[in-house]
Amino acid sequence: MFKFASLLMTPAAKYLLLAFAILFPFFATNEYQVYVMASAFVWAIAVYGLNIITGFCGQLNLAHGGFFAIGAYTLGLLTADFGWSFWPAFLAALAMTAALGFLVGVVSLRLKEHYFAIFTLCVGFIIYLLIDKWEELTHGAIGVRDIAAPYGFGVVDFTETTPFYYLVLAFLVLAIWFMGRLSKSLLGRTFIAIRNGDELAQSLGINLMRNKILAFVLSTTYAGLAGALYAGMVRFIGPEEANINHTFDMITYLLVGGIGTIMGPLLGTVGIVWITQSLQFLEEYRMIIFGPLLVLLVIFFPRGIAGSFLTWMHHKSQALAPGKKRQESKVGTAQDREAQSNA
Amino acid sequence: MLKVEHLTKMFGGLAAVNDVSVTFETGKINAIIGPNGAGKSTFFNLISGLHQPTSGRILLDGVDVTTLPSDQVARLGVGRTFQTTNLFEQATVLDNLIVGHRLRTRSGLWDVLINSKRLQREEKAARDKAMEALEFVGLSHVAGQFIADITQEERKRVAFALALATDPKIVLLDEPAAGVNPEETVGFAALMRKMVDEKGLTVCLIEHKMDMIMSLADKIMVLDHGEKIAEGTPEEIRNNPVVIEAYLGGDEDAAA
Amino acid sequence: MNLFFQQIINGLTLGSIYGLVALGLTLVYGILHIPNFAHGALYMVGAFMSYFFMVDLGAHYWVAMAGSAAVVAILAILCERLVFHPLRNSPPIHDKIAAIGILLFLEAVVQMFWGSDFRRMSSPFNGILNFDGLIIPEQRLLIIVGAFALVVALQLFLRKTMTGATIIAMAQSRDGAFLVGIDANRVAMMTFAISGVLAAFAATLYAPINLVYPAMGHLVIMKAFVIIILGGMGSIPGAIVGGMIIGFAEALGGFYISTSYKDIIAFGLLVLILSVRPQGLFAKGAH
Repeated sequence: MFKFASLLMTPAAKYLLLAFAILFPFFATNEYQVYVMASAFVWAIAVYGLNIITGFCGQLNLAHGGFFAIGAYTLGLLTADFGWSFWPAFLAALAMTAALGFLVGVVSLRLKEHYFAIFTLCVGFIIYLLIDKWEELTHGAIGVRDIAAPYGFGVVDFTETTPFYYLVLAFLVLAIWFMGRLSKSLLGRTFIAIRNGDELAQSLGINLMRNKILAFVLSTTYAGLAGALYAGMVRFIGPEEANINHTFDMITYLLVGGIGTIMGPLLGTVGIVWITQSLQFLEEYRMIIFGPLLVLLVIFFPRGIAGSFLTWMHHKSQALAPGKKRQESKVGTAQDREAQSNA
Repeated sequence: MLKVEHLTKMFGGLAAVNDVSVTFETGKINAIIGPNGAGKSTFFNLISGLHQPTSGRILLDGVDVTTLPSDQVARLGVGRTFQTTNLFEQATVLDNLIVGHRLRTRSGLWDVLINSKRLQREEKAARDKAMEALEFVGLSHVAGQFIADITQEERKRVAFALALATDPKIVLLDEPAAGVNPEETVGFAALMRKMVDEKGLTVCLIEHKMDMIMSLADKIMVLDHGEKIAEGTPEEIRNNPVVIEAYLGGDEDAAA
Repeated sequence: MNLFFQQIINGLTLGSIYGLVALGLTLVYGILHIPNFAHGALYMVGAFMSYFFMVDLGAHYWVAMAGSAAVVAILAILCERLVFHPLRNSPPIHDKIAAIGILLFLEAVVQMFWGSDFRRMSSPFNGILNFDGLIIPEQRLLIIVGAFALVVALQLFLRKTMTGATIIAMAQSRDGAFLVGIDANRVAMMTFAISGVLAAFAATLYAPINLVYPAMGHLVIMKAFVIIILGGMGSIPGAIVGGMIIGFAEALGGFYISTSYKDIIAFGLLVLILSVRPQGLFAKGAH
């Protein structure tokens, strides 16, 4: 069992996963399945963002869905109302979510613990309210239609599902790649130190505000990127995109997959999206299951699938390795000290 | 090397630390003792920059660090431990220590993106430093264990190692031997001696374990209700009636 | 003049409701240090329980109110026992996520039984009182008087009974309370139960002049959080005063400035205040 599991940790396994993702549209029985997978990938990108601020840095950001919506609306409005083409609008969406993330971060990240969560809960709501009520800008409840997709080339037409699937996959790979680099780096470790405790991090010479804001801006940019892709994919958005339920969904995906891990966001998002898809009748009662699921996870299984797997792997490898040495040396030192004090 | 002048911290109308002046010399082990609520931890917090003093000055090797925030004070060479240390439980001991060297590095987001030479260099340096600190406290053999799986005493030593990994000049240890048995306490005392003898550090500790303090400290400062009521060698403090009264509430005979 | 007076009444009404909800929230947060995001769901369940008793079972308004309070109190105690008690030593983030889980669950269950439509609930007090030209709808007067009575009852309970004293002791000093042998579990359950009762009463009082629907707790809970941050954690006067401030700001702002954006007033206030004072208006030392 352990042998097989350790195979999962090798780079080869990751390439295998990528190959599967690339070949997926050929396995899929219809276009709708490709669409579902593409949506799952889009949400996974957003959840990776959440993982940076909440998973690594330990700050529960309840406005995450709001930034997703801002990304979607920036792209949507620029292309539909102002005639921009996809990619410039895409970059603008990234810039917008990064900038707004910075502003919100500067104000909110000075807040400790629960205050930050409460504050971002309200920010998320303000975003929803503004999108819904500020009709001159956002079309209000009517939503934005005829959003542009990227220009195709040759036979590739991005208004079709499968080409867009590959576009999303490319960004997902990029997102995961960056997350991997971040988590092992000094910067990632800095974020984790902050999660362990503000005071401890400061005593290690870490500037709290600078790092928290950086983590926050990275996470909102991820969310905006996902939102922009979403807008380009479905080509019609409304205030619903800013509904707090999306944030709650993403928290569930992250928790199930494994908070603070590299593969967690992907596993959780794709897993749950597909499970709810195949159990369509559950769609109505999703939250009846998600709700208790969150509670049970947080009490019994807080590290999620990826986290628990990693811990299990570690313990197994320790048990199989000559770890007995540890026990002996401890006894040794105690005996030494006893000998010294008796002398 | 650490000079504190007339340090005062008011919380509302209450003086947690009241006009305390003291000098801690380089390469010495200094202990701060006093009854509960005497303001010892607040004193540490003031020095390490977690709180801003209401008045007074703090000079580190002649540099005025009074108003500096905590992370800058750390960079100037003040390491510290806390009464409870929160570590990343589901990561190895070594993994937890690597961030200790972070404050001596300059890599940022860009370095992460392009995997710069600087990042690689600094990460190796941090890892080496972590290993070195781990060896110093005698825990190399648990480098690969999860924090969740090591003993309480080992966790405390990891906390020491973390402070050491920041390359400090002076370490502030807040109740380092709390919750440890007498045998292990001796081990910690030896470790602190080692910090001074081998690394030339200045050690400052808050402790309640008198035996340890008396045999370990070069100088002791006694705080009571935020004020310094005594200062001197263990011999002097042991026989100081003011100190005895503060601890025992006026029963001089009990100390004899 | 009459119009202005109406807004005063509206302000008092809103303030009373917000105050009651914030009161339950601040007790749990102040004493147990749990930001109960699910409190809005308790409020919502309170409204639906009253609806159920009155409309589906045909009970009288007061009976429905009492029944609803009992149900929500039990629900709150279950939350404490099954969810928050096991999490008391976990990192704070788990508390928050669990509360969100409870919130999602309760809303979904209610939606399963009653759908997501807006419902109306009537009360026996739909008359209008006329004081020499000043008009006060009966229900609004009931809300204001009822809220006042509940706060007084709560104060009496806390100060005059042994159980109440144990709650105050816990709030002032956890360790001290343990030393004196106070049972933390009992206090926790009581605090949650009280918060549930307050929420249910508030919801039942407000429902006849508002609508009943599964998402009705969202706005209320956010404003309640704003109130307790403004008024201070665990402060009963703070919750009342804060509730009144927000209530009046909304009533007057909504009428004189804009009805569409009136909900944003509370959050605007929060953003403003926390930007200037990150520890809230009434912080006791370091948070």
